[in-house]
Parts: sequence; structure tokens; C-alpha cells
Amino acid sequence: MSGHVSQTAAPSHSDHSAGAWAGGTSPYKISYGKMMMWFFLVSDAFTFSGLLTAYGYMRHKYTDIWPTAGDVFTHFPFYDGHIELAYVAFMTFVLIASSVTMVLAVEAGHRMNKKQVQFWMVLTIVGGLIFVGSQAWEWYHFIHGTEHGAYLLEDGVTVMRHKIDPHTHVMEQGVFLVPENDQSGFREVSGAEAQAMLTNAEHIHGANLHHNEYGVPLFANFFFFITGFHGFHVFSGVVINFIIFLMVVEGKFEKTGHYEMVEKSGLYWHFVDLVWVFVFTFFYLL
Amino acid sequence: MDARDDIYEYSLDLHHGEEEGKKIRKKFMMVLAILSIVTIVEVAMGMMWSRDESMASILKYTFITLTLVKAGYITMIFMHLGDEKKSFQWTILLPYFVLIGYLIFICLTEAVYNSGIRPAIENYFGF
Repeated sequence: MSGHVSQTAAPSHSDHSAGAWAGGTSPYKISYGKMMMWFFLVSDAFTFSGLLTAYGYMRHKYTDIWPTAGDVFTHFPFYDGHIELAYVAFMTFVLIASSVTMVLAVEAGHRMNKKQVQFWMVLTIVGGLIFVGSQAWEWYHFIHGTEHGAYLLEDGVTVMRHKIDPHTHVMEQGVFLVPENDQSGFREVSGAEAQAMLTNAEHIHGANLHHNEYGVPLFANFFFFITGFHGFHVFSGVVINFIIFLMVVEGKFEKTGHYEMVEKSGLYWHFVDLVWVFVFTFFYLL
Repeated sequence: MDARDDIYEYSLDLHHGEEEGKKIRKKFMMVLAILSIVTIVEVAMGMMWSRDESMASILKYTFITLTLVKAGYITMIFMHLGDEKKSFQWTILLPYFVLIGYLIFICLTEAVYNSGIRPAIENYFGF
């Protein structure tokens, strides 16, 4: 831990007798840039907790008619069946793994090993790109929806869905589910009643900001906003990591004598992973 | 670029040798294993019991607890908050705990006005 101090140490630093807050030294023993990154992350965390709290509030308000994420996100690449949340779990793993490669880049920086910093940063960037791509893929499926779709009733808001067994994924022909008027659950509709309701209904597929095939439109709004906001963070993280990777390649930090810039972008990158852990739980699992 | 002698480079304190690096990397791998296992357990629990009404509240609190465990590992180990000074840890975490406490409080108390704000929400969101 020591040995490097002599390079740049200011005389006041070694004087601990005056106390951490007496001036001449950083009381937190942390560099300005890293501390500011932490403060930014705290404020960013406030934003995300606001979003997730709003989501939780609405999710509990409409608890009996809220779509189950397990019914919505069942796609998996190159597989035609339904596997609940498997792809989201994969995305979570990719992001955690890229967090590890990032922390390994930071660790290599502490040993001033330029080659390893480059290697781990490339892997981190690749992980980030896989994640953003996966999110785009998931948006695509959510926006396009299912083949059978659902029906938007005359009032323009109520969604009548096909009755599908959640376990076997078999659709019951001519039987539909509509939310009760007091939103306390769904009631089954079939036969003449269903036909009457269908006459002026619009056949819809997938979700957008106006309607949602899977049920409550708010679910889609929150999905687009929260995962979109997070996805934009991941995208910015990839861009920042790429710029800093170029700086590493240039040898800029060899000259400076430390790889603190990698640490700072690393903090941001871990934060993105941290937020996803919460989004994963509150949006997909609960 | 000449090093300025009036600025202390705190990041230099974090430099370590090969031996110590090995130990640190091992710790990261342990954390990766823990985070992966927790995620797999969560997804498996969700697949098995998410449609079982009697398990709903157990699932909810297990998921939230496991999430906090994961968050703790990420901030303390990956973000190195555990290595910072105690005073700095509190500077970062305390405002956040206060906000979360406030949000939970406001949700639990103000949500009783649900029926009152309902017409407004119905008007606005259309259901």
C-alpha cells in the first residue's frame, strides 16, 4: 500500500495530529473525482428509486389485474416454446459478469498492468453491448406481441384477452378474460356475450404507450420508461468505457501514474449493474 | 505532465503488488459465484411458486432480502465502498436510507387515499 506516496505527497498529509477535518488533507482520503462520481451516483439512485416506487405503488393499486411478467417475457432466442424469464436471467448474468470484468480491469490498473486493463475493458464493453442488444430484442418482442393478440374494447382502454393456461400455454377457443369493473380480478366471457363485446373491438398486438396486449397499459408505460432509462444508462456506460479504453490504449494513464479514470467509469458501470438488480427484482420477479 | 506536489494522489494508495492482486481477484470470483447462485435461486423460485397464492408473501420478502444481499456485495466489494473510510460510507449511504425510509413511509400512509385519487387517475390513464 505504501511506497508510491513519496511521489506527490503534500507535507500536510502525514500530519494526522490535527484531525481529519482540520484542513490540508481530504477528510475522506479519497480523490475529488471519485468522490464526485459517488455523489452523482447517489443522486442517480434517487431517480431510480423514485421510478421504482411509482411502479410499486401502481402495481399494488391494480394488484389483481396487473400482468405477470412471467406471462409476458417468455421468449428465448432460437427456441420456439415458452421459458419464463430465462432470457432476463441471462441478461442479468451478462451484466453481473461484465461488472466482474470491470472490477478486474480496476484491479489490473492498481498493478499498472496496461495489457490486462485493456483486456478486461474490452470484455466489459462486449458484455455491455450484449446487454443493450438483449434489451432491444426484448423490446422488439414486447412491442410486436403475440400472434393471437388481444382485443381493445369499445371504450378504448379495457383489454379483453384470450384465456390461456399459464402452465401449458394452450389457448381456450372463444373464451376471454376481461377485468372486473372494480379491478378486483378477471371474469370469463364467452359465447354471445363475447361476440357482442367483440363487434366494436379493435384487434391489437403487443404493447405501446397507448395500449397493451397483456393487460393494464400502465405496465407497458412503466416497462418502457424504467428499462429504457436503465438501458440508456448502460448505453452511456458502454460509450464512456470505450472512450476510457481508448485513453488506456494511448497510454495516457501510464504517464499519469495511476488508472483512477478506469476506477471512476468502473463505479458508474457497477452502479448500472446495481440498478438492474433492483429492476430485475421489482419489475420481473415481484 | 509534471506531477503537482500540492495535490495528494489518493489513488496511489490503492496500488498493490502481484501477490495481493491474486487474493483480491479470488475475492471477486467468490462474489461472482454468490451473485450468480442468488440470481439462479431467485429465478427458480419464481418459476416454481409465482402462481401459488399461498407463497406470494414469502416470495416477496425472500426476493427483496436476496436483492439487498446482492446490492450489498456490489456496493461493498465491486464498488469498493467497503474499503473507504467509515465517514465516507455514511456520507453515501445515509441520505439514501433516509430517502428510502421516507418513500416507504409515504407509500404506506398516503396510499389509503387510493379511492379518493382514483377518479383522477381513471380520468388520466383511462382505466
